[in-house]
Amino acid sequence: MIVKTANLNLYYGSFHALKDIDLSIKENLITGIIGPSGCGKSTLLRVFNRMNDLIRGVRVTGAVLIDREDIHSPICDLILLRKTVGMVFQRPNAFPLSIFDNIAYGPRVWGITDKKTLRDIVERSLAAVDLFDVLKGRLKESALSLSAEKQQRLCIARLLAVEPEILLMDEPCSALDPIATGKIEELMLELKRKYTIIIVTHNMQQAARIADEVGFMLLGELIEFDSAKKIFTNPSDKRTFDYISGRFG
Amino acid sequence: MTFRIGPRTSQIIAHIILLLMTIVTVIVLFFIIGYVFKNGFAQLSLEFLTDRTREMGKEGGILPSIIGTLFITVLAIIIATPLGVGSAVYLVEYTRGGLLRKIISFGADCLAGVPSIIFGLFGFIFFVIQLKLGWSILSGSLTLAVMIIPTIIRTSEEAIKAVPQSYREISYSLGGGKLDTILKVVLPTSLPGILTGVILGIGRAIGETAAVIFTAGSSLGMPTSVFSSTRTLAVHFYILAREGISMPKAYGTATVLIIIILFVNLVAYRLMHRFMAKYY
Repeated sequence: MIVKTANLNLYYGSFHALKDIDLSIKENLITGIIGPSGCGKSTLLRVFNRMNDLIRGVRVTGAVLIDREDIHSPICDLILLRKTVGMVFQRPNAFPLSIFDNIAYGPRVWGITDKKTLRDIVERSLAAVDLFDVLKGRLKESALSLSAEKQQRLCIARLLAVEPEILLMDEPCSALDPIATGKIEELMLELKRKYTIIIVTHNMQQAARIADEVGFMLLGELIEFDSAKKIFTNPSDKRTFDYISGRFG
Repeated sequence: MTFRIGPRTSQIIAHIILLLMTIVTVIVLFFIIGYVFKNGFAQLSLEFLTDRTREMGKEGGILPSIIGTLFITVLAIIIATPLGVGSAVYLVEYTRGGLLRKIISFGADCLAGVPSIIFGLFGFIFFVIQLKLGWSILSGSLTLAVMIIPTIIRTSEEAIKAVPQSYREISYSLGGGKLDTILKVVLPTSLPGILTGVILGIGRAIGETAAVIFTAGSSLGMPTSVFSSTRTLAVHFYILAREGISMPKAYGTATVLIIIILFVNLVAYRLMHRFMAKYY
């Protein structure tokens, strides 16, 4: 599914957090958004599933099109939008429920009550994140007993269970050690065959390893958006070059 | 040269003072309970627990009061819990911390501190006389419910506020609506805290005298419906002691009341632990 923004501006009260963002994200690619802390990259990500609606005093202008539909138009079904555009958060935040109930949460919200169907969904979702073989006999255990990496995988499985088409990932590896990070990255490369992935990351190496296209943001502006290769080897903007070569940020 | 206490010594002194304070508190507590038990335990017998009250309490047992107490308390909790928890959910999830929430929270805090006799007077005028419910279990329960709702609102409010915002965000991000989020995420997660409020409410209601003596009356008959007048254990104990009817029976009644309260608390904490141990 294609994601497009045109003239996107976002204000927190009087603070201008996103300035004239124009970008176009292609299907079945991993798009990385990089930039220093506070540059607005997480805010941008949270525009795509309208998570910013939960914050008071947020105002958005301009257009955000997902699958050619304006997500801020009054006829847009917010709940359907959030089902289509799933999100993985920074911290692995499983609910204090069993592994099974965590993954079944979304489908249950969507009205699936049949036990067999639910079990199929849970098994399929766990298999998609390579957790099924590990957790097969332990679905009734608390999800909070899992390691951080497994919890993050579980959170991704929980998301896949509602059959989204776009995955937003907000620094999904920042709470993980390098080995776990590597495993989640492998998973993302697998998932990109079926899903469109937008990942916000602090970690430039990570963006270089997995992203196909990269956007660099600074102080609320999208400075440069291009193929990862171009951004990391031959950026057109001096600020991008300074950032990726570690001069600031 | 002035005399100084070194940091090590002051640490030790502080430790001793705090320990002494704890010891004093615990001794006072155990002394009271021990004293009541010492005087009341001898009274406990099958007859005392299962017989009707005779000769104004000088003879017989306290079964009508045990039943009346449980009846009033359970009914009060059944009325107060949904109202209190519902208000708390509304305040936290729907008012977004605005002025309304501050006013209601402040009001609930004030109400929680109002002496229970005021509630008794209100219950007497409003439920007993105005609504013509008479001295009855229903009037008593309604009055107790009004009295404990503020406690339940405030503890539930704190418990619901303590639910991490990220849980709500995940729920929304999976396509959950507000109601799904409240019913399936917020309430289950805050249940231990809500239960604490309910337990506090039970504790206040079960031992209450002033609020029920005006509203449930002090009839010694066996309660048969919510419209029966009844004399709760605490009121019975109060009347036995005040009118000098029988001090031994008064202590016996107090002992039963304390045992019931201990029992209710134990069960409630067991329930809470079982719930929390499940997933935390």
